[in-house]
Amino acid sequence: MVKVKSLADLKKIKSELQSKLDLREKSEHPEKIVQVKVAMATCGIASGAKQVMDFMIEEFEKRGIDAVVTQTGCMGYCYAEPTIEVTVPGKEPIVFGYVNIQKADTIIEKYVKNGELVDGIIPVNYETIEKQ
Amino acid sequence: MHLLVCGGTGCRASESDAILENLQSTLAENNLDGEVQVVKTGCFGFCEKGPIVKVMPDNTFYTQVKPEDAKEIVAEHVIKGRKVNRLLYLDPENKEHVADSKHMGFYKKQIRIALRNCGFINPENIDEYISRDGYEALAKCITNMKPQEVIDEIKASGLRGRGGAGFPTGLKWEIASKNAADQKYVVCNADEGDPGAFMDRSVLEGDPHSVIEAMAICGYCMGATKGLVYIRAEYPLAIERLKIAIDQSREYGLLGEDILGTGFAFDLELRYGAGAFVCGEETALIHSMEGLRGEPTVKPPFPAEKGYLGKPSNVNNVETFANIPVIINKGAKWFASLGTEKSKGTKVFALAGKINNVGLIEVPMGTTLREIIFEIGGGIKDGKKFKAVQTGGPSGGCLTEKHLDTPIDYDNLIASGSMMGSGGMIVMDEDDCMVSIAKYYLDFTVEESCGKCTPCRVGNKRLYEILDKITQGNGTMEDIDKLRNLSNVIRDTSLCGLGQTSPNPVLSTLDNFYDEYLAHIKDHKCPAGQCKALMQYVINQEACVGCTACARVCPVNAISGERKKPHTIDTAICIKCGACYEKCKFDAIFIN
Repeated sequence: MVKVKSLADLKKIKSELQSKLDLREKSEHPEKIVQVKVAMATCGIASGAKQVMDFMIEEFEKRGIDAVVTQTGCMGYCYAEPTIEVTVPGKEPIVFGYVNIQKADTIIEKYVKNGELVDGIIPVNYETIEKQ
Repeated sequence: MHLLVCGGTGCRASESDAILENLQSTLAENNLDGEVQVVKTGCFGFCEKGPIVKVMPDNTFYTQVKPEDAKEIVAEHVIKGRKVNRLLYLDPENKEHVADSKHMGFYKKQIRIALRNCGFINPENIDEYISRDGYEALAKCITNMKPQEVIDEIKASGLRGRGGAGFPTGLKWEIASKNAADQKYVVCNADEGDPGAFMDRSVLEGDPHSVIEAMAICGYCMGATKGLVYIRAEYPLAIERLKIAIDQSREYGLLGEDILGTGFAFDLELRYGAGAFVCGEETALIHSMEGLRGEPTVKPPFPAEKGYLGKPSNVNNVETFANIPVIINKGAKWFASLGTEKSKGTKVFALAGKINNVGLIEVPMGTTLREIIFEIGGGIKDGKKFKAVQTGGPSGGCLTEKHLDTPIDYDNLIASGSMMGSGGMIVMDEDDCMVSIAKYYLDFTVEESCGKCTPCRVGNKRLYEILDKITQGNGTMEDIDKLRNLSNVIRDTSLCGLGQTSPNPVLSTLDNFYDEYLAHIKDHKCPAGQCKALMQYVINQEACVGCTACARVCPVNAISGERKKPHTIDTAICIKCGACYEKCKFDAIFIN
């Protein structure tokens, strides 16, 4: 790994990373890449987030859907763990709660494939600092 | 098009299920069920105005919807594209209907600063942190600002320690920076130990780099080249992610020698705690890191003067650090615009107990308990009545209905007889006995007292014994005086924060729930029905059919009576196991 040597370096890396993350979205099938984030803090893992994450990685592959599944920290909705955030290109990210393997399957089939929302959506109820 | 119907507990209690059904059937009648979907969601955090129906994609937000409104929503909004004005939210300030939930600023009670990256980035990937302005604050500080300028910025932001005591962070850094030494240390206190608190764990698990970056900034300000994170061994995932993050920062040259070519050097190490509550106290924490017993010592000298290995050290809590990069990036002025006069910014709370939406929240200082519990938290479980909320853990106190509209900040909480603490918030309902709650916290303190000073070691034990006596129904009025006196002595004479605050649960329950103490002592009754010794199982002679089921299940043969005739319980023999109560099919047994 190249070391970051100055502020200018850091800024360059940042913009490269942002465009790379952008590229990831706009790769070979720009309209198809789906991004899924699984909340994997201790509480999420304890309620089965790991199994859900493994399942989603496997199933996206099996069902031929271009998707990136990553882990993230606590989203704060402990009452609805495991929680995942799904971003279908061109749409706003949606957080689903109470996701077990069965629910993950429904989300892939209904929401990811057909854009149909399914029960268990967690409405975003906070402001981010970007908006401030 | 989608119609989202709130399926949170609060809204379901007000018939949101019926709304959902009516919407579906009306859509079907109009042959629209193929195009428009009805979906049940989690809580919107706006239960006061529930049930809520949101229309996507235009984000229309209908409040206080009734099942019979379903027809109008479908006929007007779905078919004709006209919003149903009377169901829109009415802005209490300008009396205007707000159509779009994105413009309902007041509805979004939460702002995430410390939690800005939690649930957004992959905590094990430094690139994702950098792409969200990560390490820019550090770079800005060490390339463009003098240490004192950074300290001034933190001071101007008004940030106060998030570990509980609320000492101004900028001032703390300044003091540490002025003490000259060949080696100084930045210490992160990640020894989160309040029952029910998990804020710091979530930050470390979700965004470890923000803490690393802030510690490096602190090191630059005070002239320290070494940082130590004191973290409890019970947090294995947080430890693992922190280790990965430290390695990645080193690889990128953001930790180590000559950071960003400025000559500034800073590196981090981890120290594990074995889970002793007292080690959250900074002097005890430092001793524990040195390999000594985790016992506090008298301050002064403060750690800023003589800390780790006798060198000037600055100890801050995880959440305090997590705020730092944002203050540098967005400016002290912006940060200080949030919160109250003396408490700036936001606070993370771990909402737990008898509340619908158990979770991690971050609200601006000055938010009221009512907003937190009844809006963000979705209200009390099973529609029960709110009784109290415990803040500040074993050092804090209970706040009651009369405090619900107090804006929460450091000073208001102290004035109400509790304290901010690290941010645990345990909500209690009508079924919780406040004497037992005080006893529970004292039990915790007795267990966690290090034993070094007598008031805490012996005094808390005596407090516990008196409380236990009261819950057994053997208390006297003198015991109440004893509780008060002893509490005051412990508070005034203990060595460290643990002992100085340990009587708070007793004092605050005495202040707010004196009647409950009286009921235990004078009437030998526990109003919440929690204290076993004060309960009595009685058989209602009219309802009992004499089926003998209770007598057969009683383990101590306390129930007698002839077949097909009412039975009775001999309270002298009864051990109050409750087996008969559960067995009775005729609801003939009740608790007195």
